[in-house]
Amino acid sequence: MLRAIADLERPTGGTLVVNGMTPELARRQRAYGYVFQAPALYPWRNVERNVMLPLEIMGLPRAERRERTQRNLQLVGLSDVARRFPWQLSGGMQQRVSIARALSFEPSLLLMDEPFGALDEITRDGLNVHLHELWRTTGMTTVFVTHSIPEAVYLSTRIVVISPRPGRIVDVIDCDLGAERPLEIRDTPAFAAIGSRVRHALHGGTPHA
Amino acid sequence: MREAVRRTLPVIVVVAALLGVWYAAAIIVDAPQGALAQLRPLLPAPQQVALALLSGILQPPNSPRSLIYHAAVTASSAAVGFALAFALGIGLAIAIVNVRALDRSLMPWIIASQTVPALAVAPMVVVVLGNIGLTGLIPKALIAAWLSFFPIVTSMVTGLRSPERIQLDLLRTYSAGSWDVFAQLRWPASMSFLFPGMKVAATLAVVGAIVAELPTGAQAGLGARLLAASYYGQTLQLWAALVMASLLAVVVVGVVDGARGVLVRVRGGRL
Amino acid sequence: MRAAAAPIAFGLIVLGLWQAACMAFQIPRILLPPPTAIAAAFGANLPLLGADFVQTVVRSVLPGFAIGSAAGFIVGLAVDASPFLRRGVLPVASLAGALPIVGIAPIMVMWFGFDWQSKAAVAAVMTFFPMLVNTVAGLEAPGAMERDLLRSYSASPRQTLEKLRLPAALPYVFTALKLNTTLALIGAIVAEFFGTPTVGMGFRISTEAARLDLDVVWAETFVAAITGSALFFGLAYLERIVTFWRPAFQTGTAKEL
Repeated sequence: MLRAIADLERPTGGTLVVNGMTPELARRQRAYGYVFQAPALYPWRNVERNVMLPLEIMGLPRAERRERTQRNLQLVGLSDVARRFPWQLSGGMQQRVSIARALSFEPSLLLMDEPFGALDEITRDGLNVHLHELWRTTGMTTVFVTHSIPEAVYLSTRIVVISPRPGRIVDVIDCDLGAERPLEIRDTPAFAAIGSRVRHALHGGTPHA
Repeated sequence: MREAVRRTLPVIVVVAALLGVWYAAAIIVDAPQGALAQLRPLLPAPQQVALALLSGILQPPNSPRSLIYHAAVTASSAAVGFALAFALGIGLAIAIVNVRALDRSLMPWIIASQTVPALAVAPMVVVVLGNIGLTGLIPKALIAAWLSFFPIVTSMVTGLRSPERIQLDLLRTYSAGSWDVFAQLRWPASMSFLFPGMKVAATLAVVGAIVAELPTGAQAGLGARLLAASYYGQTLQLWAALVMASLLAVVVVGVVDGARGVLVRVRGGRL
Repeated sequence: MRAAAAPIAFGLIVLGLWQAACMAFQIPRILLPPPTAIAAAFGANLPLLGADFVQTVVRSVLPGFAIGSAAGFIVGLAVDASPFLRRGVLPVASLAGALPIVGIAPIMVMWFGFDWQSKAAVAAVMTFFPMLVNTVAGLEAPGAMERDLLRSYSASPRQTLEKLRLPAALPYVFTALKLNTTLALIGAIVAEFFGTPTVGMGFRISTEAARLDLDVVWAETFVAAITGSALFFGLAYLERIVTFWRPAFQTGTAKEL
């Protein structure tokens, strides 16, 4: 479904409206930023130039490209490594660069496809906090796909549970844990309650084998 | 069915287009001298070459004009050379992978040996060996072997080294000896790398055999036929011999592919 | 440099053994001259070797290599534009690359005359196909994810080509270029076996071999080997600079910030 929103796939039926436009129009207007499961950085460009890539394609003037890039690298905390190359960074750092790249042209919508799935739990926790802070700062609407229930509950204001094949929306859960979310919130009963609701919906969606 | 059409139709179209261009070019180029009727055209048309080829194939097999005879001569030197390169190459690859010292001292030289244009040395090898009484097939086979040796060694070394760390570790947990590691893991794993290398080696063996026939005015073999046709200005026979050499290369590649197909079937569908 | 120590040592040992064997076993000069004789022949024939070098390498190999590689690259770009063409041309080009292309030498002589043009033509044809195949393969190399990324930026095909596919294709292009140095050299030399003015490395080798003047043949072979190595390693060095980002060349390590 994420790919359909991004106009990377065509839906077989129904309608999809993104910011009041069709997905294709939204893509052409560069209304969203996409973060993949893997960083997908170009090894022949350093970090700075990787973040600049969408801006080059959009044809922005050089000064503005540099300014935006620096700003977004600062947002993800990677200003120090702007001149390094992707292979010189760890997996978590590379993914942060990829997020900075998605933010660089200031889209109104951020689409993230299991961006932290390949990382270890410790890095992942750090990035979750980071992303949450980012979201609070920019206020950007974000669609986030994940297979991790704690991650979903921690990050979201609304969770859409989709069953495995066939993918159908099983439940839509409002997640009102408040705007302030330190990691400790995962130990609270409210958190656990939402988590178990999600789990229930997932298992309820398919009969047990 | 659709997939087969999808894959072959473009090739057929491209080949047909190339033949068309060839035909048109032949007409244009040969026009000043009287178009396609002449015996020694500058650029023969496809059908002229095809006729000459057919005539060369249909000659009695021991006639000096029989392309089959010449192809067989070249093929035999190429085959012997390839066999030599294969035996030596595999053996050397196994040695290199197992003995560190050999790897560090020998591999760079094997790579460097390829920058020596082996074909350039062909005349010398033929002459030198001729002087000690080795004529005919052996010098040609040796040159073919030198050319086809390199792809076999490098592809085999890459293949023998291809198993992943975890696969090797697994065998270690079974306390497997080095023979088992070789026979159960490295050798089977190397096959998918070896076959592309063998294909290249096979075509190089054919090229080597052909070129080895050039220097001493050999009488038999496709290279000799090329040289003779070039010397006597027999354009059509020249083209026909060239096409025959190409057919030989295609057959040789087909043989290697066939062997690969057999192995794939034995292995259950994948190398 | 340390990596070079072992092969150099091995080479020196072989050279030493070679020299000793020639002297100890009185191996006839016709069969295998000692390294000293070859060095002497090299020194004695320098002007001749120089002239041959110019004829073969400068006039035939380099132009042929350049033309064939450039043509292969351009046609590769053109073929890449159409999936239909790609499916049709690639198998044909791969097959053509497997054929004994040196055989076209007599035809090239017939068309372009005895001088360097026919030899350059042979070299050009030989270098064309590997470059074509590799260019197309390289342009296809980027994975679906990289392409989706550019699609999400609504990048034009030209931008995709320029920013993603051409850089990604460079390693493949260099592989072909390195292979082509060998092919062009062999093509030019072998083409000279088929007829040439009285200068050129292939010409010298075949005539001197027939006259059993093997010292000169060895010296020419030595020059050919040096040329081939120099071209190959020169390109390898260039490759390292241009495609510094390849995993094979990386020395940097990851550090967590």
